[in-house]
Amino acid sequence: MEFVAAHDLDEALAAKAEQPDAELLAGGTDLMVEVNLVHHRPKQVVSLRRIGELREVSSTRIGAGVTWSRLERGDHRGLAEAARTVGSPQIRAAGTIGGNVGTASPAGDGLPWIAAADAAIEVRSKARGTRVVPWRDFFVGVKRTSLERDEIITAVVVPDDIPEAQEFAKVGARNAMVISTVSCLVMRGDDGFRIALGSVAPTPIRATAAEGMLNAEAKITEAALDEVARVVSEEVRPITDHRSTEAYRRHAAGVLARRLVERSLR
Amino acid sequence: MTTPTRTHVTGGIGTSVRRPDGVPKVTGNFAYASDLHSKDMLWGATLRSPHAHARLISLDTGPALAMTGVRAVLTQDDVPGLPLFGQEEQDQPVLCDGVARYWGEPVAIVAADDEETAQRAAASIIAEWEPLAPLDDPEKAADDGSLFRELKIRRGDKEAAGTVVVEGVYETASQDQAPLGTEAGFAIPDGSGGLDLYVTSQWVHVDHRQIIACLDMEPDQIRCHPAGIGGAFGAREDISLHIHVAMLSLATGRPVKMEYDRSESFVGHVKRHPSKMWYRHEADADGNLVKVTARLLLDGGAYAHTSRAVLANAAFFTVGPYRCDNVVVDAQVVKTNNPPCGAMRGFGAVQACFGYESQMDRLAEELGVDPLDLRRQNAMRGGDPLATSGQVIDAPLPTVEVIDALEAIPLPEPLASDDPRLLPGGTGLTTPASKVVRGVGYAVGLKNVAFSEGFDDYAEARVVLTRAGVEVHTAAMEVGQGLVTVCQQIARTVLGIENVAVVWDDTSHIGSAGSTSASRQTQMTGGAVHAASVGLRDRILADFGGDELRNDGVYRAGERIATIDEICAEGPVEHLVRFRHPETHPPDENGQGDVHAGFVVAAHRAVVDVDPELGLVRVVRVDTAQDVGKALNPQAITGQLEGGIMQGVGLAVMEELVVDHGVIRNPTFTDYLIPTFLDAPAVETRIIEAPDPWGPFGAKGIGESPTISSTPAVVAAIRAATGKALTRAPVRPQDIVGI
Repeated sequence: MEFVAAHDLDEALAAKAEQPDAELLAGGTDLMVEVNLVHHRPKQVVSLRRIGELREVSSTRIGAGVTWSRLERGDHRGLAEAARTVGSPQIRAAGTIGGNVGTASPAGDGLPWIAAADAAIEVRSKARGTRVVPWRDFFVGVKRTSLERDEIITAVVVPDDIPEAQEFAKVGARNAMVISTVSCLVMRGDDGFRIALGSVAPTPIRATAAEGMLNAEAKITEAALDEVARVVSEEVRPITDHRSTEAYRRHAAGVLARRLVERSLR
Repeated sequence: MTTPTRTHVTGGIGTSVRRPDGVPKVTGNFAYASDLHSKDMLWGATLRSPHAHARLISLDTGPALAMTGVRAVLTQDDVPGLPLFGQEEQDQPVLCDGVARYWGEPVAIVAADDEETAQRAAASIIAEWEPLAPLDDPEKAADDGSLFRELKIRRGDKEAAGTVVVEGVYETASQDQAPLGTEAGFAIPDGSGGLDLYVTSQWVHVDHRQIIACLDMEPDQIRCHPAGIGGAFGAREDISLHIHVAMLSLATGRPVKMEYDRSESFVGHVKRHPSKMWYRHEADADGNLVKVTARLLLDGGAYAHTSRAVLANAAFFTVGPYRCDNVVVDAQVVKTNNPPCGAMRGFGAVQACFGYESQMDRLAEELGVDPLDLRRQNAMRGGDPLATSGQVIDAPLPTVEVIDALEAIPLPEPLASDDPRLLPGGTGLTTPASKVVRGVGYAVGLKNVAFSEGFDDYAEARVVLTRAGVEVHTAAMEVGQGLVTVCQQIARTVLGIENVAVVWDDTSHIGSAGSTSASRQTQMTGGAVHAASVGLRDRILADFGGDELRNDGVYRAGERIATIDEICAEGPVEHLVRFRHPETHPPDENGQGDVHAGFVVAAHRAVVDVDPELGLVRVVRVDTAQDVGKALNPQAITGQLEGGIMQGVGLAVMEELVVDHGVIRNPTFTDYLIPTFLDAPAVETRIIEAPDPWGPFGAKGIGESPTISSTPAVVAAIRAATGKALTRAPVRPQDIVGI
């Protein structure tokens, strides 16, 4: 195995340009599971851990190398709440938001926040420089993204006008250190409510029908909240697998959306 | 017991002596089996069946043999002796015999210079399979007569009938023991054609018997040594990699190490039997049990292991600790292509308890009486016959006392916090306190101690006095439960000498201690150590005409008459005992007879907070009262009671091997969930001491009971909170929501 410990982004981009199939290593919380569990043996690995630039964070730009343990204490309330549910303290100290985005698991804990924020993914290659991909265009399927083989995820770009009222919740089969069965993130701003969900479709999704319904209401009544739950349950596209059932995920998605809308009003 | 308890010995029975392995385990200095190594060793790896049921058409080991660093590739043709193993029945091929009967069945083994090469070599072997339809439905297996054992119990009047009748069908899932230490073994050639084998085990002698048969070796050629175990819970009762690592070492003439990773561990050891149970309880109008009718169906998976004994436990504890004169039980354990099942803490009694305690709650509801009063009213005591086998309990059985002690523990305060760590859903922030409903549930469980049904169950121990102190020699496996401390305490108390070391001998140097299972070692090896210590002490006292042994010698009337050096003038003095419990007998054709050697009763009360709308649960508290006979080491007992409860909570709310067409879908700790610290309830314990007639100082084996009634207590509490029937453990969120 060839291992490049890149000191800066240019070095990493050069390595990736030369070896587009090289695996990228940041926190290693996904890659090392593949190595140890599935006996995946990458031929080349480019480590991004020493690249300080990827660890920079501002209110509108979160470096791909920012760890969950930093996001837990960050300014974006919803992202902080989501970060708090990622793995164990050890995993949170290692795992990064860039890794979460790159792995693009439907259960990725950071992804509903990105969807709700209408954030974009900043990627860079040596050949073509930087491009900024809206999240809808970035996540294309289960663990599939539109990242090119020679590209590296450099940041999550956050619009500067995202609502401050943000609420996150995640259902799992135990009360800590658990993979998501359903997750939901609600933002409430001047332009109305945004509802994003995880683990209920191949990619993170926005519950656009429920948002439209809710944002057309003059006042959020109990009936409107019930309707949110119903509409969200209908518009998600979950599957049955060894972690849960389609029916439960639909139900829980609706319940979480309703509760978070309610919570965001308090 | 006639032995007086010495009060002047430090570290004797009844005190919470600190265990010698505690600090090394916490600081990382304890040598587990997986830590064993030598510089010229090879690594072993296993190729496993990717099918639950398939015919092996061809196996090409060429690619593996061609790899640099590969020293041996072995298949079933290379097994030197008996090609089959098994603790009770030798029915499992050492390596695939042409048909794979479960997913993950070992097919070929490889030894190579390093772990990576061994694994890559195993993966490079080309196996051609013809998939066959797996028999994965236990009910179909029962219909087809694919059985490991069937047990019918007929007691009393089959025409008897009660006026109040409740019926229910209950299911429990397969649970993994999930010990933190995975399977590991180390084999070292002795230069004369034999081996020293270091294995994780609960019973080295029964491993040894199977290993020498498969290797076609004389008993002394293979010496099994216990290696450090990171948890067992039944998973170390059956052979896993033991024969494989020995074969690789014999084939290469080199030391060989094998170690399973977590995913391989999930397929590499036997599990708790999943069950389905059909129950009918009949009572008179006053609530006295009149008749219990039940059918129990356990899925044993592909090979026998201990399925026959597990079934017997489930069947004989069909009614639990309650009096009932008329009992009909049809119990079967079927053979399927699902993962093989065997021993796990509670051993059949866990499944039955979920059934009968669910039924007792239903009966109480039907009668409109308090569920604890109903249990007290029907409680079995010493002198009563066991409802199933009719065996009269010839020892105290404090069923009512444990219920009373449990009920007296104050209930926790109502939920008064929005701290997410105290709410269902935990850090997932799913649940506001306003959505939470509290429930309280109870269960009582009965378990036998030691081996039953006429098994020649014994434990050997040799107690030796040397100039340096006392040695207790045994082959009894310390698996983390604290046996070593108990052996020390017993020897100290009897001999009056504080300096006691426990020495594990290999299979050539001491007889069997029997299995570290069935809650038996405190009573069996503890009994052997007690008897050997008494024998040694009495001989020394007789030889010197003394009346008391102390740290510094023999005393008569308070005066020392011989020093330890004088006692050992001609060398160490020792006493060897092979200890047996009272004889048991196989059941007759109606399942009647004195089948068991002893009984333990425990009760649990669970308090849960439930979010009914999302189906999420937080187990707030599980309190317990348990009969321990005599508390030899109160802290160790508390540890067992608390740990057992965690395993019971796991089965109640999250632990389940998801098996689909014979394939385990969640063989990782990502998806096979065990309780975290945040899921662990607070526990209050009450220890009841009703002395056992043959346990050392009256002690009883206590390791399994904490896991038996804790599961139904938690499920009962969730029922109380939600009003749902919840007939299956674990309770899943969708079960509570009802979708």
